[in-house]
Amino acid sequence: MSLQSLDITRRSATTTASPGQRQTTEVAKLIDVTKCIGCKACQVACMEWNDTRDDIGENHGVYDNPADLTANSWTVMRYAEVETDRGLEWLIRKDGCMHCAEPGCLKACPAPGAIVQYRNGIVDFQEGNCIGCGYCITGCPFNIPRLSKKDSKVYKCTLCSDRVAVGLEPACVKTCPTGAIVFGSKEDMIRHAEERIVDLKQRGYAKAGLYDPQGVGGTHVMYVLHHADRPEMYCGLPKDPAIGPLVGVWKGAAKPVASLALGMIAVGAFAHYVANGPNEVDEENEKEHKE
Amino acid sequence: MNVTRRRFLKICATGLGSSSVVALGFPVTKAQAEVRAFKLARSSETRNTCPYCSVSCGLIMHSLGDRAKNAESSIFHIEGDPDHPVNRGTLCPKGAGLVDFIHSPNRLKYPEYRAAGSDRWQRISWDEAFARVARWMKDDRDRNFLAKNAAGATVNRWLTTGFLAASASSNEAGYLTHKVIRNLGVLAFDNQARV
Amino acid sequence: MTNHWVDIKNANVIIVMGGNAAEAHPCGFKWVTEAKAHNQATLVVIDPRFTRSASVADLYAPVRTGTDIAFLGGVINYLLSKDRIQHEYVKSYTNASFLVAEGFTFEDGLFSGYDAGGRKYDRSTWAYQMGPDGYALVDETLQHPRCVFQLMKQHFSRYTPEAVSNICGTPRETFLKVCEIIATTSVPDRTLTFLYALGWTQHSTGSQIIRTAAMVQLLLGNIGMAGGGVNALRGHSNIQGLTDLGLLSDLLPGYLTLPREQETDFKAYLDKRSIKPLRPGQMSYWQNYPKFHVSLMKSWYGAAATKENNFCFDWLPKLDKVYDILQVFELMAQGQLNGYFCQGFNPLAAVPNKAKLVKALSKLKYLVVIDPLATETSCFWENHGEYHDVDSAKISTEVLRLPSTCFAEENGSLTNSGRWLQWHYQGARPPGEAKADTEIMAGIFLKIRELYRKEGGPFPDAIANLTWNYQIPAAPSPEELAMEYNGKALEDLTDPKDPTKVILKKGQQLDGFGQLKDDGSTACGCWIYSGAWTEKGNLMARRDNSDPSGLGNTLNWGFAWPANRRVLYNRASCDTTGKPWDPKRKLVYWDGAKWAGADVPDLKPDAAPADGMGPFIMQAEGVGRLFALDKMAEGPFPEHYEPFETPIDTNPLHPKVISNPAARVFRGDADEFGKGQQYPYAATTYRLTEHFHYWTKHTRLSSIMQPEQFVEIGEELAREKGIRGGDKVRVWSHRGSIKAVAVVTKRIRPLKVNGKTVHHVGIPIHWGFKGVARKGYLANVLTPFVGDANTQTPEFKSFLVNLEKA
Repeated sequence: MSLQSLDITRRSATTTASPGQRQTTEVAKLIDVTKCIGCKACQVACMEWNDTRDDIGENHGVYDNPADLTANSWTVMRYAEVETDRGLEWLIRKDGCMHCAEPGCLKACPAPGAIVQYRNGIVDFQEGNCIGCGYCITGCPFNIPRLSKKDSKVYKCTLCSDRVAVGLEPACVKTCPTGAIVFGSKEDMIRHAEERIVDLKQRGYAKAGLYDPQGVGGTHVMYVLHHADRPEMYCGLPKDPAIGPLVGVWKGAAKPVASLALGMIAVGAFAHYVANGPNEVDEENEKEHKE
Repeated sequence: MNVTRRRFLKICATGLGSSSVVALGFPVTKAQAEVRAFKLARSSETRNTCPYCSVSCGLIMHSLGDRAKNAESSIFHIEGDPDHPVNRGTLCPKGAGLVDFIHSPNRLKYPEYRAAGSDRWQRISWDEAFARVARWMKDDRDRNFLAKNAAGATVNRWLTTGFLAASASSNEAGYLTHKVIRNLGVLAFDNQARV
Repeated sequence: MTNHWVDIKNANVIIVMGGNAAEAHPCGFKWVTEAKAHNQATLVVIDPRFTRSASVADLYAPVRTGTDIAFLGGVINYLLSKDRIQHEYVKSYTNASFLVAEGFTFEDGLFSGYDAGGRKYDRSTWAYQMGPDGYALVDETLQHPRCVFQLMKQHFSRYTPEAVSNICGTPRETFLKVCEIIATTSVPDRTLTFLYALGWTQHSTGSQIIRTAAMVQLLLGNIGMAGGGVNALRGHSNIQGLTDLGLLSDLLPGYLTLPREQETDFKAYLDKRSIKPLRPGQMSYWQNYPKFHVSLMKSWYGAAATKENNFCFDWLPKLDKVYDILQVFELMAQGQLNGYFCQGFNPLAAVPNKAKLVKALSKLKYLVVIDPLATETSCFWENHGEYHDVDSAKISTEVLRLPSTCFAEENGSLTNSGRWLQWHYQGARPPGEAKADTEIMAGIFLKIRELYRKEGGPFPDAIANLTWNYQIPAAPSPEELAMEYNGKALEDLTDPKDPTKVILKKGQQLDGFGQLKDDGSTACGCWIYSGAWTEKGNLMARRDNSDPSGLGNTLNWGFAWPANRRVLYNRASCDTTGKPWDPKRKLVYWDGAKWAGADVPDLKPDAAPADGMGPFIMQAEGVGRLFALDKMAEGPFPEHYEPFETPIDTNPLHPKVISNPAARVFRGDADEFGKGQQYPYAATTYRLTEHFHYWTKHTRLSSIMQPEQFVEIGEELAREKGIRGGDKVRVWSHRGSIKAVAVVTKRIRPLKVNGKTVHHVGIPIHWGFKGVARKGYLANVLTPFVGDANTQTPEFKSFLVNLEKA
């Protein structure tokens, strides 16, 4: 492991407060769906940079490939053919981790330091600490993290924390041919989005707007949408995402029971791993994750 | 043991208070956060041009080693050249995946020969390959070269062998190919521009 | 491209038609999104399918495949009938005012001079009226009934919005909206750019489609302007370079042409190509042809090329006909070829009608494949079950496969679509024993030369005397070859204005083609590339991306041919007095003494505007041609002809002349064309952004993104046929059958054409029987063996199929 790091603002399952004196710039990735041509360069660049390779799959009668996020595909393009008052629109959205300011995954994670949030806003998984319990998957309002069948750890977009740590933009941002993905300080990205929205409104998209949902405290991956009033049209982008209410209530009554149960899982999972190798996710569970 | 994690969570509600696992004995000190090592820190960079479409995006190829005598350069990452006026660092899905073209399992490594009626390749040496090609060509040219046409005009052409030239080879390779092929008298000469 | 990639950002209107720039050239398309975001540009996409380009367009217009001339002809009719043209430009910079010969006619779909038996025209009436002074006659009022302007108006008057809608299936209102957007650029300070690719070239009328677009641009005054032009987005990284270097049957480097066999006289050969001006004061730059040609001969044959032996004119092979790839595969299928080489080219996938190709390749004695990858062509004798069912034992062709390097493993230059030559460097060693193409060509040549030295044989002169002064003869370096095509002085060269002043010493690299001589004192392997490697060094390797004008011309980045000029015909960006039409986009201007500006002026630098030298210096008239004279096979004006396989089995404009009357059709191939009744659906092949032709199925990352062969059909057709997305379907034409997954989409809609409903079937091409992606069928199983009448580019974009659930 490297010694390279970013200032941490919080880590999962840890009470010790992170050092808070240094103020680093809050970053954001802005995905302008109205400029996106769905070329998948971001998918390839992501896989290439992160040294993962997904399976060579099948065509399921759509352009989406791989069909869903996986432990190897941390971003996918989702294609929707939608008829609006403007006629046919092909709404193509790059899906992946939103890097929420209030990350449901982190809050749900029971493994100390398996999920961290850096001061700059990136929410990163530390797979070395991950116990593979999958709480983060349930805690995520965007259905992003994916459990690896190979090592029973959960993977998702890191916002290329390794690149950002040395002052570079994420791989998907750099590669994006049409400039649909841009990166910078969150402040600059909001300003950039505002310029785009002016242009879109001039072109007749009266409801064009920025997607930076406040239910999760705002995100460090934001979208410019032509139809910001109807985010669901973009392959089910949630209109008002929020951390499940139970994550908040949790620390009260159910805690002792859950702690015990969790301990059993953690120990049990370890025993299982020693005995049988990595877990296979059962079909039902897998299906639920896709919902 | 095959825990259905989701079902379990449904029972005990989502998420877990931060102190819980610490209480179970996971040491805090181990929970240091580190980002992945920046893999280009000391790689060697080479400027190149994407071989696919004619936008001709500028590339930076990153290879292992510092080009020292004992280090074998192997390209492990390619990204766009940010100084290039056209692509300004961007690459399309094909260009972004170029590293897998370089290392494709289907790259050819040795000259190979397939005999008439055979169902297999046979590895041969370059000397053998050049000798065989030259022999084929000369025999065919000697037999079918047309110095003059029926009207008696000098035509110096050889029509029984044809050549299709590349579309991604360099100008230098293209120039040399034209020089060689035309001067053998070949007219059945074409390149990808046609299709 | 007349312009270049970055220049697209200067456009006000962008028309993507006959191409799908977002899909095929995403990084070039960024300059479209840039024009939209920062130049308030309007993007219009015209295509049979709602494409990835259409997904970000301001307006999408559907059009039936193969009807682009009708559409653009309708645009011309709109511009002329509504008087939305750039008048001064049209009058001064086009041949609108030229008078056409009296014998020229157009009736019932045919121009004057048609020979039905030979399927070709006697083009002698496709000419100007000439005055006694040897110059063409003009009427600057544009009122003469025989002037180009009036004839053009008459010709296109048939292309009414109703006629267009009836032929193309484009709703009339949508068509008119497109016309109106295009017409907004007829003012001097707004420009339109056309971006096209194989969607225009791969038709039996491809060249004429492009010509129609060029005419639209001339009428609007958009050629030579920043953000204007007719821009071919070429497919392969160096297809521009290979074309420039003349690797085609009838060309020599730099668009010089090989002699026909009747051309036995050297002087007559040169004179015919040294075209004299057709109007007073015109440059007619091809008058310099002898300098280019003689310098090439000196480059190839050195001291052996002398004035006395006509610089070895007789050594060049003489043409009896053009051996384009369709002609060659026809001859191969007839058993008339013995040997064939494929260097980085996979014709088994890239030429139409696979069954014919397999038959042809099987008749060869030997096949040599030079490639970095295991192509289908090299393995045409292997059995791959349903995807390629052949009997190896019955194929007697001997095959040699030679491994070549890929881009990452060699130095050299590539020429992009914008005519930029850019140098690249080797980053790693090739795998195994793979060699560079240069080494492979050298290896073959040296062996042959050795055999001729030892054994003798017919006409060894050109082989024995070919210059080969490379440091390592078996491995000519890219640097040496680049210096060779740039050219050098063979004697001291003096200043034409002051013969005592030596401007280049013997042996020095030329500064550019302006220094070439026709007396044998200069050598140059490709005149248009002269200037790429001068005494200053390798200009192709320059990396200064500064852009002082803000127009994106970056004159110190790489080298652009010709003469480092970035926008062709840029003189036309100024009015006749030398003042830019658009003061905000000053490409060049007359500063009172010379031409200056943000680009290398495309004119004699000291040609004062008052002298009236036209901006189209390669043309004898000095102006752009709305009337093409005898340069096109099927007529001086574009006319709509149906694809050879048309779903309506007629041509609504002239039912007796349905398809291109001048296109070459080989006997057996005509029998293999299907009719609308048996094959009711209009099929078109195309590329996907995830893949590059047949290469990236060998790369894992690309194969993950699009793993499996599919075809696209509209929801209505799918409903009729009971097909759901993800089902396997069988698609067949009169030539063969494939199976693929169905993608059912709203993006392909049925069109109303000539009273009939026409469905399109979309067929991406990227799969085959070799690769790491899932095996599939080569799509050319389906496509017809017929090409454009001028270029012989196959009609891959318009043919007929039938389909069913598999």
